[in-house]
Amino acid sequence: MSKAHVYKRDHINTDEIIPARYLNTDNEKELAAHCMEDLDNDFVKKVQPDDCIVAGDDFGCGSSREHAVWALRGAGVKTVIAKTFARIFYRNAINNGFYLIESDDALGKIKDGDELDIDFKSGLIKNTTSGIDITFNPLPDFALDIINDGGLLEHITKKG
Amino acid sequence: MGMTITEKILAKAAGKDTVKAGDLVDANIDVVMCHDVTTPPAITMLAEKGIEKVFDPEKIVVTPDHFQPAKDIKSAELHKRLDTWAKKHKIKYYYKIGKAGVCHALLPEQGHIRPGEVIVGGDSHTCTYGAFAAFSTGIGSTDTAAAIATGQLWFKVPASMKFVLNGSLGHGVYSKDVILAVIARIGTDGALYRAMEFVGPALSEMSMEARMTITNMAIEAGAKSGIIGFDDITKQYLDEHLKDKKDYTVFKSDSDAEYITTEEFDCSKLEPMVALPHLPSGGVPVGECAGMEMDQSYIGSCTNGRIEDLRIAAKILEGKQVAIRTLIVAATPEIWKRSKDEGLFDIFYDAGCVISAPTCGACLGGFMGILASGEKCISTTNRNFVGRMGDPKSEVYLASPATAAASAITGKITDPRNYL
Repeated sequence: MSKAHVYKRDHINTDEIIPARYLNTDNEKELAAHCMEDLDNDFVKKVQPDDCIVAGDDFGCGSSREHAVWALRGAGVKTVIAKTFARIFYRNAINNGFYLIESDDALGKIKDGDELDIDFKSGLIKNTTSGIDITFNPLPDFALDIINDGGLLEHITKKG
Repeated sequence: MGMTITEKILAKAAGKDTVKAGDLVDANIDVVMCHDVTTPPAITMLAEKGIEKVFDPEKIVVTPDHFQPAKDIKSAELHKRLDTWAKKHKIKYYYKIGKAGVCHALLPEQGHIRPGEVIVGGDSHTCTYGAFAAFSTGIGSTDTAAAIATGQLWFKVPASMKFVLNGSLGHGVYSKDVILAVIARIGTDGALYRAMEFVGPALSEMSMEARMTITNMAIEAGAKSGIIGFDDITKQYLDEHLKDKKDYTVFKSDSDAEYITTEEFDCSKLEPMVALPHLPSGGVPVGECAGMEMDQSYIGSCTNGRIEDLRIAAKILEGKQVAIRTLIVAATPEIWKRSKDEGLFDIFYDAGCVISAPTCGACLGGFMGILASGEKCISTTNRNFVGRMGDPKSEVYLASPATAAASAITGKITDPRNYL
């Protein structure tokens, strides 16, 4: 079960997810301590393991810093549900075996604090707080192959 | 159906005769750009996986830039990891401090960018190199690790959007104003996953430096890449800069290539632009925000830290005094030396500016010019997100070097045409 942290915002960028003043480290725990700091200073206090973020369009725009994915993962975030994702962030997430969900409906059907039961393979979000089901298109096969292998480097190592 | 220049480059890199938008391809990489923030994690990932090889030590270009010279102990450790790895693998083009510079200014200047090639880098502004009729795109650390080890990456061939730049730029209007106007029209995700192909007569009046400012900011519209076709101006720059490998392949878009959209701009009607906080798409003509008080002016970065940019700023600042903190950051050591030799430093010094070593520095809120709470900065950089150059309550206004220089004199956002 995932608790939703809803941000009714478009263009949540990597500077907000992990400000560059913390990029002097790539330690996931240190990054996680500052996750979403410039957007929501209380985020790291609220977030629990397996929680998810729900947002609008263009999530993860800006810098190519993979530190954004590591900060979210390190803070316990299991997935991000957004209308659309910026492409480098999207790629970085897949390369780290981190699921993303693209959904036009989620932002309108999920409230902050709702409990979600997510099936990534069939493409179903059960909002157990409201009782509303939301379907989504699962990630494409090539992306699922990378995620199932545990990330890009594991995937190419396996391929030889 | 014909192919776009982007499709042709990716087809060649994938060993195919044709590709179309949406195809997934495994492309051979010609150049991997590595810097001090995103490559140290890539090196660690490779070591953890027991992958000790690099695909070609002559196709990897390394320069510390974001936090160089090291701003603190942690960034010094990043530099140490990069240095140890670059030496161990005998990376041929490793620009150590003294030769290191802001990557996207350094690589073209040092002759590492060739038309028709595929260039990737662990930095979102890697799209800059598309000004040379190349495919170039920003990647994260895991992709950087994969590219370093294998020399290949998967790509989805992007659909292309055509941007026709008509007319001639007016006095005091520059390529930075063009790209700010483009992004203001289409939005920060207006070109998401797409290739932005720039064409039109206004480009023939722009130097390679000016063109790089345009492709540099393709990412600010969400694009995978920005690209400009090859012409005599490209050739002349390459003739002057390419060193070791001087051959390259010139591709151009077919007349029946497919574009998902075409946007026309009349550059002769453009005004100097300022992108208001907190998105690069917040561009308005300078007249709409003139008079707004600033605390700092920043002239530098991979967008506008090249010699032409500093010449424009110097022309405006000559014989004047700045009213606010003004930072001049030459993007590379060569630009630094040329500025000094041309007497630009004297102009900046006399005007009361601070002249810095080449670094990405404050552009990304790293160091060397950080903003306090409530402060406002007019900046020639590329992003004005919340907290980008310092405190989350500071504000960044993006503009051309001319507008940033004119605003430095008055301490307020100022139309540069008043000083030209």
